[in-house]
Amino acid sequence: MLKILKYSFYDLMRSRWSYVYFLFYLLLGVVLLFLNNDLSKAVITLMNVIIILVPLIGTIFGVMYYYNSREFTELLLAQPVKRSSIFLGQYFGVATSLSMSLVIGLGMPFIFYGIFNSSAIWDFSLLLITGAFLTFIFTALAFVIALSNENRIKGFGYAILLWLFMAVIYDGIFLMSLLYFEEYPLDKFSLLATMLNPIDLSRVMILLKLDISALLGYTGAVFQKFFGTSFGLLLSSAMLIVWVLVPTFFIWRIAKQKDF
Amino acid sequence: MIEVKELYKKFGKNEVLKGIDLSIERGGIFSVLGPNGSGKTTLIKCILGMVLQDSGNISIDGKPLKNNFKYRNEIDYLPQIANFPGNLKVSELIAMIKDLRDSKATKDEELIELFKLQPFLNKKLANLSGGTKQKVNLVLAFMFDSPLLILDEPTNGLDPISHLRLKNLINSEKEKGKTILITSHILSFVEEISDEIVFLLEGKIYFKGSISELKKKTDQPDFEHAIASILSASYA
Repeated sequence: MLKILKYSFYDLMRSRWSYVYFLFYLLLGVVLLFLNNDLSKAVITLMNVIIILVPLIGTIFGVMYYYNSREFTELLLAQPVKRSSIFLGQYFGVATSLSMSLVIGLGMPFIFYGIFNSSAIWDFSLLLITGAFLTFIFTALAFVIALSNENRIKGFGYAILLWLFMAVIYDGIFLMSLLYFEEYPLDKFSLLATMLNPIDLSRVMILLKLDISALLGYTGAVFQKFFGTSFGLLLSSAMLIVWVLVPTFFIWRIAKQKDF
Repeated sequence: MIEVKELYKKFGKNEVLKGIDLSIERGGIFSVLGPNGSGKTTLIKCILGMVLQDSGNISIDGKPLKNNFKYRNEIDYLPQIANFPGNLKVSELIAMIKDLRDSKATKDEELIELFKLQPFLNKKLANLSGGTKQKVNLVLAFMFDSPLLILDEPTNGLDPISHLRLKNLINSEKEKGKTILITSHILSFVEEISDEIVFLLEGKIYFKGSISELKKKTDQPDFEHAIASILSASYA
């Protein structure tokens, strides 16, 4: 698997899009830090961008990479390599290179800014870790979608829909249901609903760490009340790990049974 | 060498292979023929383990294929469509496949020389023409010394000179005692090189034997007409 990962990673590191993505974050970091000069505000703005954009890029890149390398995958399948290693290797290759664009692109301006001497270092690291998690989660989901759909257009469609659902529609439904059932105790429901959406989960997690109660919202507040900050953080990180593991398991399973 | 028993495969409602029994002995060139959609590629992909059969058994050298991937070390495969990761260079791709196979003895340099690929070695695969990609594909398939070679439409996109070189290459591999399995629609090519043909029709083996036997069976003077007569009989 490591060999496949290595080559997928190489291939992507040469792709123009990795650089565009990297430069985008570099620019974003520079602009936010040096034109704004308020670190905690910059972190919040970054959070908002990361939470929407990272899943989108992860989904699109994942689907695109899978479909574009189909024929090559067939060549690999004829080699003495285990099936699961091929697909898991490709997945980790894509996800790792995307995460690296994110971490290095945002990390560099912050290092120049002097993040190491600042108290915001942990907030900032958490932001990058969450971003990396989101990349891994959504790339995995994209691979699952692409593996189960032969038709590219359909695959793309479902992937975009998934992103739209998780990033936008989910919150809408969530809020509506909170309003609709306001007479009932909703803590448990909202906790569960947050856990089931990695984007919401990441948002709550970062806000818990930043300790900005004004932005926490209802779920965040419930989260904090229920678990306290540190246990809440622990629990949400554990959930994020589950969110990576479950789709990865599906990649493994679908790849094992698929005809090429 | 290859032993296929009672092989069934369907995709959705479409039954592609309906009980294939085939045994291919060691050594020689075998051509798998058949109209479009007769299951040639599916059969080959079953042998390679890319398509998983619904029922039936395939074994190579007596070893069953199920849950086994190491056997592919013994097979060289030329896929029908050559498409590679665009950002890799030709030389890197060759190095990569070598790396994946842990194979020591390779003759990639000879083959690069044969197909005159030196000027392309440092080019990215995305910038190559279809024919050149097919040549790279050929290098990848022929550079290992595996006892079984599977070629899916090897002549696709080749210019006449490369076509000729390919034919010589296939013949020299045969002389080393290898088993070579080819699918092709170009009958003159098939007639020239194959020792035996396997004719698939609607998911079953319609005929297996030498070309002269086929001519005798169909009572036709030449290979093309023999094939045509099978097809027209089946479509009538």
